[in-house]
Amino acid sequence: MLKDVRFAKSHEWISPVAGGVATVGISAYAVEALTDLVFMQLPAVGRKVKAGESIGEIESVKAVSDLYAPVSGEIVEVNTSLPDQLETLGKDPFGAGWIVKIRPDHPAEIDALLDLAAYEALIGSQPH
Amino acid sequence: MSESATSPLPRPTSLRETALCDWHAAHGGRMVDFAGWNMPVQYASIVDEHLATRSSVGLFDVSHMGRLSVTGPGALEWLESMLTRKVAGIVPGQFRYTLVTADAPTALVVLDDALVSRDTDASDGTPRLALVVNAGNRERVVAWLRSRLPASGVELVDHTLDTAMIAVQGPSAVDVVAGLCSGGSCMRIRALGNYRGTTASVAGHAAAVSRTGYTGEDGVEVTVAASDAVAVWEAILAAAAPLGGRPCGLGARDTLRLEAGMPLYGHELLSHSDPFALGLGLAVNLEGRTFPGSAALATLKAQKPARVRVGLDLGSRRSAREGNVVLAGAGHTLAGGEVGVVTSGSFAPTIGHAVAMALIEPALAAEGTAVEIAIRDARQPARVVGLPFFRRPAGGGKPPAAG
Repeated sequence: MLKDVRFAKSHEWISPVAGGVATVGISAYAVEALTDLVFMQLPAVGRKVKAGESIGEIESVKAVSDLYAPVSGEIVEVNTSLPDQLETLGKDPFGAGWIVKIRPDHPAEIDALLDLAAYEALIGSQPH
Repeated sequence: MSESATSPLPRPTSLRETALCDWHAAHGGRMVDFAGWNMPVQYASIVDEHLATRSSVGLFDVSHMGRLSVTGPGALEWLESMLTRKVAGIVPGQFRYTLVTADAPTALVVLDDALVSRDTDASDGTPRLALVVNAGNRERVVAWLRSRLPASGVELVDHTLDTAMIAVQGPSAVDVVAGLCSGGSCMRIRALGNYRGTTASVAGHAAAVSRTGYTGEDGVEVTVAASDAVAVWEAILAAAAPLGGRPCGLGARDTLRLEAGMPLYGHELLSHSDPFALGLGLAVNLEGRTFPGSAALATLKAQKPARVRVGLDLGSRRSAREGNVVLAGAGHTLAGGEVGVVTSGSFAPTIGHAVAMALIEPALAAEGTAVEIAIRDARQPARVVGLPFFRRPAGGGKPPAAG
């Protein structure tokens, strides 16, 4: 499953397109690095976004982080239960902790993102 | 995702290290640059560290704080002439919160806030005093004080690098530290009033122990030789861990002091601050006293401050952060107008939602006043509340002695 997922350098993951829609979340590494998550703001359904655009924010006790769209497209669904259950992000970041579903304008944009090996190399080189 | 409030930095180099720095790094401490020191911001969870301190014991390496000794036959009179707080009346073993202020032609300059204390006099009766100052201000405070030293009779020594300081905070803190001492040391620690200190042998190492801290909890701060720091830290941790105690980073120290309504230099307290506007009038004793800045302080005391420090309860999980603008609430005649600025803000783990301290116009400073805080693109409603946000249950340490 994880082998089919692609990653943005900004730590979002995106699933393969199924039925025209891809699922987006943040990596386990990102959740671990943030710790103490207290607040999350989700984008509105129907919003058109560009790759790299901020689509929400995740706040920990120490800092606020932007959540970026990994690809351009339309937000078609958001995980409305997540802001009240932020612990789900830590427990199941690649499953129940999904954040938004996006209808990509150009599905090929996903293929240009990092695969698991490339992402692991990226986080392995980061200070922790 | 990328953090906008604090960006991840490469592992810092050429930073100062406390005697416990390697211990922190080896035990999962996330090391950050704090005022030029390589310090742990957290080990695992800031919230867990915060709550452990409220319920049991938290250990904090505060060795980055500046520790200065002021000794000699003229030490008492000289410090009395330099600080906002009366020093002459301090008895051996007593601590007082003070400001370090300087003269400027037109305005007050607040160099730091500090704790001044008096040790037991030397055997020949020479007074021995000490100051604990903020890490980020240490060098300029030392330079300022040295520039005002008399030609003889007072010696100022910076002991920051040859000592270590461990804050042991929480309802079980005194028991934990006293339990590592025997006989007289144990009894003296248990008998300490708030803002009092003593010498003791802690886990077999010579230490100075004071009932002081920066968390709103009962507790002590333990100062030892740098070479003893790891042994004393590990002994305290071993005694605290079965009670739920744990090492804590500067992240928890900041949320704890925020809940306790304590000002932090560089955030609430700045070099141009009016101490009276911050509610720090008790740290300024002008009665019959002259010291650098005393004339400017007398002027400030007679004036109405433009903005005063208040607590803000957001009731939300979204936090206000330093620099966020405070606006008058919807029902107010100034509705939507800028009336203040947030100086510190965070999710408050003991309270369960976000709180902040802010400087706001006195007309909106009454408890219960509704305001709004501009947080990024949102307007977060908040209510003015009294400080502190958190007060520990009665039965802990005694209140600080007035003076």
